[in-house]
Amino acid sequence: MSPRRSQTGGRVDRTRTIRFTFDGRPFTGHAGDTLASALLANGVTLFGRSFKYHRPRGVLTAGVDEPNALVTVLHGEVREPNIPATMLEIYDGLTVVSQNRFPTLAFDFGAANQLGGKLLGAGFYYKTFMGPVFGPLKGTRFWMFCEYFIRRAAGLGRAGIARDPARYERMNAFCDVLVVGSGPAGLVAAKATADNGARVILAELEPKFGGSANWSDETIDGMAAAEWASTMVRDLKARDNVRLLPRTTVWGYYDDNNMAALERVTDHKSAPGKGEPRHRHWSIWAGSVVLATGAFERPLVFPGNDRPGVMLASAAERYANEFGILPGQKVALFVNNDAAYRAASTLRKAGAEITAIVDARDEISAAAQEIAEGAGGELLRGHAVVATEGGKHVSGIKVQKFDLANGALSGEARHLDADCLLVSGGWSPVIHLASQAGLKPEWNETLQAFLPPKPTQNWVGAGAFNGRFTTAEALAEGVAAGLSAAGSIGRAEYAPEVEAPVLDPHPAPVFEIRAKGKAFVDLQHDVTADDVRLAYKEGFVSVEHLKRYTTLGMATDQGKTSNVPGIAIMADAQGRPISDVGTTRFRPPFAPVSLGALAAERYGEVKPERLTPMHDWHVENGATMYAAGLWHRPAIYGLAGETVEQAYVREAKTTREAAGIVDVSTLGKIAVQGPDAADFLDRVYTNMFSTLAVGKARYGLMLREDGIALDDGTTWRLGNDDFLMTTTTANAGKVMQHLEYLLDVVWPELKVQLTSVTDQWAGAAIAGPKAREILASCVTGTAVDNDTLPFMGIVHGEIAGAPVMICRLSFSGEMAFEVYSGAGHGVHVWEALIEAGKPYGMVCYGLEALGTMRIEKGHVTGAEIDGRTTARDLGLDWMLSKKKPFVGSMMMDREGLADVDRVRLVGVIALDNRPLNGGAHIVEDNEAAPRNSIGHITAVCYSPMLGKYIGLALVKGGKKRHGARAFVSDPLRNRFGPVEIVSNHFFDPEGKRMHG
Amino acid sequence: MLINCPYCGPRDLSEFSYQGDGNRTRPDPASTDQAEWNAYVYDRTNIAGDHNEIWQHAGGCRAHLRLTRNTLTHKITSVSFARDERHKKPHGHRRSGAHS
Amino acid sequence: MAEYSAFSLLKNALTGNRDWKPAWRKPDPKPSYDVIVVGGGGHGLSTAYYLAKEHGITNVAVLEKGWLGSGNVGRNTTIVRSNYLYPQSIRFYEHSMRLWENLSHDLNYNVMFSQRGILNLAHTPAQFDDYARRGNAMRHGGGDAELLDPDQIARLYPGLDVSASARFPVVGGLLQPKAGTARHDAVAWGYARGADRRGVDIIENCEVTGFLRDGDRITGVTTSRGEIRAAKVAVAVAGSTGHVMKLAGIDKLPIESHLLQAFVSESLKPILPGVITWGGGHLYVSQSDKGGLVFGGDLDGYNSYAQRGNLPLVEEVMSELLAMFPAFARVRLLRSWGGVMDMSMDGSPIITTGPLPGMYLNCGWCYGGFKATPASGWCFAHTIARDEPHEINAPFTLDRFHRGILIDEKGQGSTPKLH
Repeated sequence: MSPRRSQTGGRVDRTRTIRFTFDGRPFTGHAGDTLASALLANGVTLFGRSFKYHRPRGVLTAGVDEPNALVTVLHGEVREPNIPATMLEIYDGLTVVSQNRFPTLAFDFGAANQLGGKLLGAGFYYKTFMGPVFGPLKGTRFWMFCEYFIRRAAGLGRAGIARDPARYERMNAFCDVLVVGSGPAGLVAAKATADNGARVILAELEPKFGGSANWSDETIDGMAAAEWASTMVRDLKARDNVRLLPRTTVWGYYDDNNMAALERVTDHKSAPGKGEPRHRHWSIWAGSVVLATGAFERPLVFPGNDRPGVMLASAAERYANEFGILPGQKVALFVNNDAAYRAASTLRKAGAEITAIVDARDEISAAAQEIAEGAGGELLRGHAVVATEGGKHVSGIKVQKFDLANGALSGEARHLDADCLLVSGGWSPVIHLASQAGLKPEWNETLQAFLPPKPTQNWVGAGAFNGRFTTAEALAEGVAAGLSAAGSIGRAEYAPEVEAPVLDPHPAPVFEIRAKGKAFVDLQHDVTADDVRLAYKEGFVSVEHLKRYTTLGMATDQGKTSNVPGIAIMADAQGRPISDVGTTRFRPPFAPVSLGALAAERYGEVKPERLTPMHDWHVENGATMYAAGLWHRPAIYGLAGETVEQAYVREAKTTREAAGIVDVSTLGKIAVQGPDAADFLDRVYTNMFSTLAVGKARYGLMLREDGIALDDGTTWRLGNDDFLMTTTTANAGKVMQHLEYLLDVVWPELKVQLTSVTDQWAGAAIAGPKAREILASCVTGTAVDNDTLPFMGIVHGEIAGAPVMICRLSFSGEMAFEVYSGAGHGVHVWEALIEAGKPYGMVCYGLEALGTMRIEKGHVTGAEIDGRTTARDLGLDWMLSKKKPFVGSMMMDREGLADVDRVRLVGVIALDNRPLNGGAHIVEDNEAAPRNSIGHITAVCYSPMLGKYIGLALVKGGKKRHGARAFVSDPLRNRFGPVEIVSNHFFDPEGKRMHG
Repeated sequence: MLINCPYCGPRDLSEFSYQGDGNRTRPDPASTDQAEWNAYVYDRTNIAGDHNEIWQHAGGCRAHLRLTRNTLTHKITSVSFARDERHKKPHGHRRSGAHS
Repeated sequence: MAEYSAFSLLKNALTGNRDWKPAWRKPDPKPSYDVIVVGGGGHGLSTAYYLAKEHGITNVAVLEKGWLGSGNVGRNTTIVRSNYLYPQSIRFYEHSMRLWENLSHDLNYNVMFSQRGILNLAHTPAQFDDYARRGNAMRHGGGDAELLDPDQIARLYPGLDVSASARFPVVGGLLQPKAGTARHDAVAWGYARGADRRGVDIIENCEVTGFLRDGDRITGVTTSRGEIRAAKVAVAVAGSTGHVMKLAGIDKLPIESHLLQAFVSESLKPILPGVITWGGGHLYVSQSDKGGLVFGGDLDGYNSYAQRGNLPLVEEVMSELLAMFPAFARVRLLRSWGGVMDMSMDGSPIITTGPLPGMYLNCGWCYGGFKATPASGWCFAHTIARDEPHEINAPFTLDRFHRGILIDEKGQGSTPKLH
C-alpha cells in the first residue's frame, strides 16, 4: 500500500546505486533520481509539515512548483533550507533533514495547531494579541510576548550561522535569441533560430533537456518523444552558435531584455570539479527572447486534498515514465478535463491498478472514455471527491454526485479504496517572466487560464505558455516563434509529426468542491477555501488584498499551484467572472535564487581594497592599519607595550621636536590642464587661482552648488596651463565628478582636460624642524633652501635617482614638505627618506598623530566638512573671494545659511583632564538629564604640545563663546564634565613654525 | 537597462552614474537673480513620462550624456553627448573675460 | 462595527466565522466633503483617522486610485525607528514612536509593532563617533540610544561576521532599543478601519484626474468617479507627488521620484532578533514574523515611476547582506519588488499648508515614510484642521529649500539619490 519502484521502465540508471540519508536514515536511489523520486521508490510518502497547522504533507508535484516536500540539505555545519525534494538530484553522501517539525517528522507537537481550527483563520492575528492598555504588559509588551511563540512556530527550515565555503560566479552573456524552456516548443524554437544563423542560448531549469518529451508516451517524428528530444539536443549541441544551459532557471526579466538566470552547477555532485562554482549567476542580454516555459497543472480544492498520497496527475505520469516509480498501487483519479486521462493509461501500463476515475463533468470525449475503459476501474462522471481517508497517507476517498452547473453535491457519500489520488484541475501557463515584461495577463474562458499579457519588451511565446497544450500545437508554435525571434518569417523548414491520443486539455470551470472539512488552496501556507471566503467577507476583495490578507501565494512556491484556484474562489464569492478579478503581477524571481549566486564574486570580496604603494612597508614596519573608505592607512606605528595614545603622542611629539614622515598617497589628485584651466579653477574654488604663480601652490576651498562646503585641498601650478589639484581622500571621486559635470555639461566651451592621477603618484609628507635638513641630505638636482623652496613653493629634483616633485606645504603646522614620486618609485623614495631621516631621529607617523597635529592647528577635515557646514561655520570666510562669482557664491548667503545661530568651529579643552570623545555633545548647563545640546565634538586628541585633552567642536555662537565654560555631555559613554571653549587654533596660531 | 553611449556603444546601467534632471539650465555665473539660482539647485520637473536627463559614463569614457528616457517604462529613446547639445545652443557661454 | 478581541475571535469561530463584517465600507463618493484626502496609503488614511479622532472632522473622503495601501505602505521593509540627528527630526519621529507604541490599542487592530531594536554597525572609529553624535543627539532630544561593543553585538547576532579580517570590521554599533518593525499592510488596514468607524468615506478605485478651482483656490477634484467638492483638499501621494501636483498646475517641486527595491527571502526559523544595518555600504535587514529576511539597500539611482528595478542594484544589495552574514549565501531570495520614493532635496519630508489656497501638501518622504505614518497623519490633520502647522511639523515647510533652512540628515545636499 505504498509507492514503489516498478520492475522496469523509467530513465534512471538502475545500474548505478546512490546512497543518501533522510532524517538520519540511510536510503539508496539511482542515478537520475531526485530526492522525491528516490524516497517514493523507498515507500516514503511523508516529506514535511505545513507552515501553520503542521499537517503531514507528501509530494504533490514532480518539479519546481512543489509546495509541500521541502527539506534542508546539510553540508556539515552549513545548512541550506527549503529545497524542494522534487528539484534535488541525489548524489552519494547527500544528507537531508525534514523541517518545521518537533521533535520528529512523524510526531510533531506543532500539529496541535490544527485544534485551533477556525480560531486561526485568515488574519486572526490582526484581531487579537493587543493585550491590556495598562499594567506591565501595556503598549507593545503583550504582543511581543505572544510574538515570541508565533515566530518560533512559523518559519520553515533553519538557516545556519556557519560561513558558506562555496564559491559563486557571475557570467555575462550576449545572444540574439534566448530560448527559455526546452520542451518540444523550446527545442524546435532553438533549432529554427539556430538554423537562421542566430546566436542562441537555450536554458532549461531541469537537468535534462526535453521537458514533457521526457515523460510523455507520445511519438514525435516516428521516435519515442524522449528519443526525439535527445536527437534534437545532440543536433543543437553540435552547433557553434548554440549554447545549452541545463539546470538553469531564468528568473528575472529586467529592462532592455536583460535576463537573469541561475545555473546550479554542482548541486548534484558530491564534490565540485576543479574550478567549478556552486552556482553561476547569468546576466544575459538577449536580442529577443522565446518564452517556452510550459504550463503547471492545477490541483482541485476539496476537503482532505492535502493528505500525502494526493498528487498531480501529470506528476504521477512523470514519476512512472521518467523515474520508473509507481506513486501508488491502487490509484484513483479526480479530474475535470480529458488530458488527465493519460495518467490513468500510463499508470495502468506501469502496473498500477486504477480503482476509479472521478470526473466532475457529465460529458467526456470518446477518446477519454476509451482510455478509461482500457485502464479499468470505475468511471464516475458527474462526481466529485469530498474527502480523503487515512492518517499520514491516503487509504481511501469519499465521493458524491456533483452538479457542475451549481457545484451542488447530492446522494450518499461512497467510499472507494485508493492509496493514491491523482488530481487534475486544468493547466496554468507559466507566464511569470511575461508578467515581468508585459501588461496585465488576461483570463481565457475557454482554456480556463490566464494567458500571457501583451509584451512590453521583445519576447515571443510558444507552446503551453500560450495555452497551446498539445505537443503538435507546441511544435508548430515553437518553430514560428523561433523564426520570428531570429528576425525571419515564414521559412518553416522543419515540421515534426506527432502521434498522440487526441485529448481535449480544456477543463470544466470547476476549482473547488464545497464539502465539510479543511480544503486547501495554498498547501504550503495552509490557506483554505474558507480563508479566501473570510477575506471576501471582510472586504479584502482585490487580488492584492486577498494575497496580503490570507498570505495566499506568498510561500516559497509563490503560488504556482494555488493562485488560480484562489482567484477562482474569490471570484465565485463575489459573483463576478474571474476576468474581472484578475491576477497579481509576478515579480522576480520566478523561483527562489541563492543569495550567494547573486553576490557572486563579491561574496567574501564585497568592495575593492585600495592600497598605497608603501602599504607592505607599513605593515612590515609595525603599522596598525585603519580602514578609511576603500583605503587602508597606517593609524599608528606602535612600539611594544605602547597604548594607542602613547604611540600617537610619541609620533606627534617627535615630529614637532625633530621630524616625522607620513604616507599621503591617498589624497585625491586631479590634473587640471588646458588654456582655460586657471579660469576654471577660479569658477570652482571660492578663492582666486588665476593669480597663482607657476611653481607655487595655494590652499583652496570648494562649495557645492547649494553653498555648503564641499572639499578643501591645495592646488599646484606646475605650468601656465597645468595644475595639480589635491582633494581630501574621502572626496576624491565626488570632486572629480563635480568638476567633470561642470566642464562637460555647463561650460563645454572651456578648454580644460581633467585627469584623475591619484594612483599615479606616491606621496610622502615630511614634517618637523629637521625636515629641511633631511631633504637637503637626500635630494639632488635642486636646492631646498628657503629661497629656492619658499612656503608654498614647488621644485623638481631626484631622490635616490628617482624623479620627485616637492611642494613645501604643511598640514601639521611644522616646516613640512610633500614629496611626490611616480607610484612605482613610491617605496624606493620612501625608504630613501627613512634612511635620510635616521640621523635626525625622524619617526613614521600615522593617522592618529596626523589628526593630533591638525587638531592642534585647528585645520578642518571630513569630520567638520560633513556636508552640513558652510565656509563661515568652519571659520573659512576669509577664503570667499568678493571679486568673482564661484560655484555656490549665490547660494551661500541665503537666510538659513547665514543664520548667526548656526554651529561654528571652535576648540574645546577638557578642564577635568580626562579624554574627550568624538560625537560627544556640548551643553551650557551641567544638568542631570541630557538636553539642550549646543553642538558636538568633531575630533579629539591628547595634545602633547598643550599637555591637555582637547578637541574641535561645532558649537552655536562659535567665536562669541571663546573663553567660556561649557560642559561635555556624552550620555552614551557616560562622559560628562567641564570644558573651556577656545579658538580652534590651539598651537602656533601665527604659523611661525611652518614659515620658519 | 542598456545605455547606448555614442562613444563606447551599448553598455550596462552599472557603468553609468545618474546626474539628474537635464531640463535645468545653470544661470550665468555672474547672475545675481536669487530665484533663478534657487530654481536651478532645488526645483525639478520630475516628469512621469519622457524625461530629459544627464548621465555620466563613469565606468567608461566619462562623457556626460543627455538621454530621453521614459520614467514609467525606462525606455530610452535618444542619447547624445551633453556637450554637443550645449554647443548647438545659440546662447552658449563663451569664455567670459570677467572671470579670467 | 464589532470590536476585535480574543473573545470576538472565539465567538466567531464557534459560529463558523459567518458574521465578520468588512473592515471598511465601500461607499460611493458623495458630491462634497469638508475635507478630501487624495491618496489612500498609510499617510492619507492616518490623516483621515486623526482628522476624525483629534479634530472631530468626520465628513472626510479618502480617494485612492487603486486598491487601498497599494503604494509604499505595502512596499517597504516595515522598519520603525526614530534614530535621527537633527532636533527637528528627532522631535517628529519621537512623536511618531509614541503613537506607534499605542497604535494597536488605539486602532483596535494589531499592527504587530514589535520593538526589537535597530542596530547600526560602525566599521571605523570615525563612523563610530558619527553614530555616537547621533545617539547623543537622540538622548538629548528625549529618545533612547546605546552604544554596543563588538562582543555585545556578536552575542546579539550569531552569524554576523565580527572578525577582524572582515573587509569592514565591526568596531561597534548604535542601538535604538525602542525601534522595531510593524506589519505594514495592517497599518493601512487598521487606519482604514479606524477612520471608517468614525464616519470617513474610503473610496477605492477613484483616481484624481484634475483639480477644481475658483481662481487660485482649490475647491475640489475631478475623478474617475466624477467631481467631488471640498473646502479643503489634502494631497498625500508620496511617490506620485510630481504627477498629481502637475494636475494642480504645480510643475516643479523640490522632489525627484526614485526607485527603491526591497527583498524578502524564504521563511526561516528565527535567526535575526532585530533590525540591523551595515555601515560599509547601505544595507538594512530584519526578519518578519513569518520568517522571511526582509532587506534593502540603496536606490536604483535614477528618476522612475516604474515599480520595478534593475539587476545591478540587486547584486549590490546581496553582496552587502552577505558581507554581514556569510551563512546567508545559502538562503534563497523569494521575492523582490520596487517602490517609488519621493526623494526631497534634503532628505526630509514636507508637511504644509498650500502651495495653493484650499490645498495641503504632505510629501517628500524619501526612505522614511513608513515609520512616520502615525505622526505624519497626526501633524497633517492638525495642519488641515487649523490651517497652520503644529510646532512639530512647522520646520518641514516647502519653502525651506529656497531659504536654505535645510534638515539635511545625511549632508548630501540637493542630490536626491544620495539621501
